[in-house]
Amino acid sequence: MGRAPGWRELPRGAVIPEPGSSVRYKTYTWRVLRPVIDQEKCIRCRICWTYCPEPAIIEVEEPYTTRTGRTYRVTYRVDYDYCKGCGICAEECPVKAITMVEEVV
Amino acid sequence: MGRKLLPLSGNYAVAYAAKAVDVDVIAAYPITPQTAVVEKLAEFVANGELDAEFIHVESEHSALSAVVGASAAGARVFTATSAQGLLLMYEIMHIASTMRLPIVMAIATRAISAPINIWCDHSDFMAASDTGWVMLMALNAQEAHDLTVAAYRIAEDPEVELPVAVGYDGFWVSHTVEPVEVLDTDEALKYAPKRRRQYVLDPERPLTMGPLASPEWYFEFRVQLHDAVERSREVILKAFDEFRRNFGRAYRPVDGYYTDDAAVVLVSMGSASGTALSYVEEARRSGIRVGLVNVRQFRPFPEEELYKHLEGAEVVAVVDRAINPGSAFVGPLYSDVALTLFKRGRNIPVLDFIVGLGGRAVTRRDFDEIARRSLTYLGKRMKDVKQHYAFIGVRE
Repeated sequence: MGRAPGWRELPRGAVIPEPGSSVRYKTYTWRVLRPVIDQEKCIRCRICWTYCPEPAIIEVEEPYTTRTGRTYRVTYRVDYDYCKGCGICAEECPVKAITMVEEVV
Repeated sequence: MGRKLLPLSGNYAVAYAAKAVDVDVIAAYPITPQTAVVEKLAEFVANGELDAEFIHVESEHSALSAVVGASAAGARVFTATSAQGLLLMYEIMHIASTMRLPIVMAIATRAISAPINIWCDHSDFMAASDTGWVMLMALNAQEAHDLTVAAYRIAEDPEVELPVAVGYDGFWVSHTVEPVEVLDTDEALKYAPKRRRQYVLDPERPLTMGPLASPEWYFEFRVQLHDAVERSREVILKAFDEFRRNFGRAYRPVDGYYTDDAAVVLVSMGSASGTALSYVEEARRSGIRVGLVNVRQFRPFPEEELYKHLEGAEVVAVVDRAINPGSAFVGPLYSDVALTLFKRGRNIPVLDFIVGLGGRAVTRRDFDEIARRSLTYLGKRMKDVKQHYAFIGVRE
């Protein structure tokens, strides 16, 4: 992502001159901590997906084989465009496979 | 066509100004001592003398909200209030300024409850000092008329696009009848023409106003607001200059009287400045070296213009008509004046005299007491001042 416009460049009075542009508004910038899923530890229980209030946990049809040889049909990923870093997923994860890592700007 | 000299109260003078600039939308809620302004405007609309939409609302919060909406749609708008009404508008005042809507509001200044008091002081006006509005204070009915017309030119200037508040003292100005030269619509509109802003609500060109701005956007818009208020300084000077050229009356951000050789300079705002001037002229005749500055432009605060009149002073005595209890400065005007001197390295006693709260009369005798107390500090420095403020005319 490039540098966001400065106060002199922004439309006067916080007007958004282009209609329907909110689809381009990514809310990830609210995030201070980002959840990182350890695919090795993850048991695919779907609890993070269930609890995520956004929802920003995505279930993808992507097989994954752990180092111990166990193969899962699906993988859980974080939609970092919308995840606000609330940490509920990490809190709820029964095997502590999700770590909250500080965002580095 | 042509200007008329009419006997008008300050309130009516303001109503005639709003009529002269042909406002499109008026929304207001009655409150003493402002009510007569919008009563007169309602009469103009009802008589067909002014083609405007008069929106009846249920509170001042709604009054300002209604003109915010109308202004966003591109209308030239007007509202007026006092005291508790202004406090109820306070929330929307910030919205109007940061959204950069050129609203003009008249404030017939009045004390804030409790206890309930409908008379003049500057508690309401001062409470709005951090809202990002341009704030002017008129001395008399003629000024209230003139500054209201000038306010539209300032507010709608493409460099500015900010709301402007025109204050004038409740009762002392709002209800006192004076001969007022009323501008006619042709010349007022030539001076303050209506123009289309870049962003207005228009179904043909949809856009969003007043959106949510998250931490990565909000700060920038508040800086934009500050920048606009700063840039209004030049625009105000030009508007005053053009006003003088068109209508012959000269206004400045501050007026200085006898400040060239004054040992003590009084700094005052509003109608009390008239009384102060009358005192100063009398004092000069008895050899008291006192001068006066009247502050007409309160926001943006005219530091440079003010300092020119304070440069030679040995003591500065600020006359405040409001208090900020428990603050380091006590009187709100004091904080701006004291910082103006401090920022320029002037280490002289700067005193604060709180006068006339809740409509108590401010007399020449009060100014005499202020001047005499101030004279005891000649040759001293700020650190020699044990208590920088005093209440004048209060019973112990």
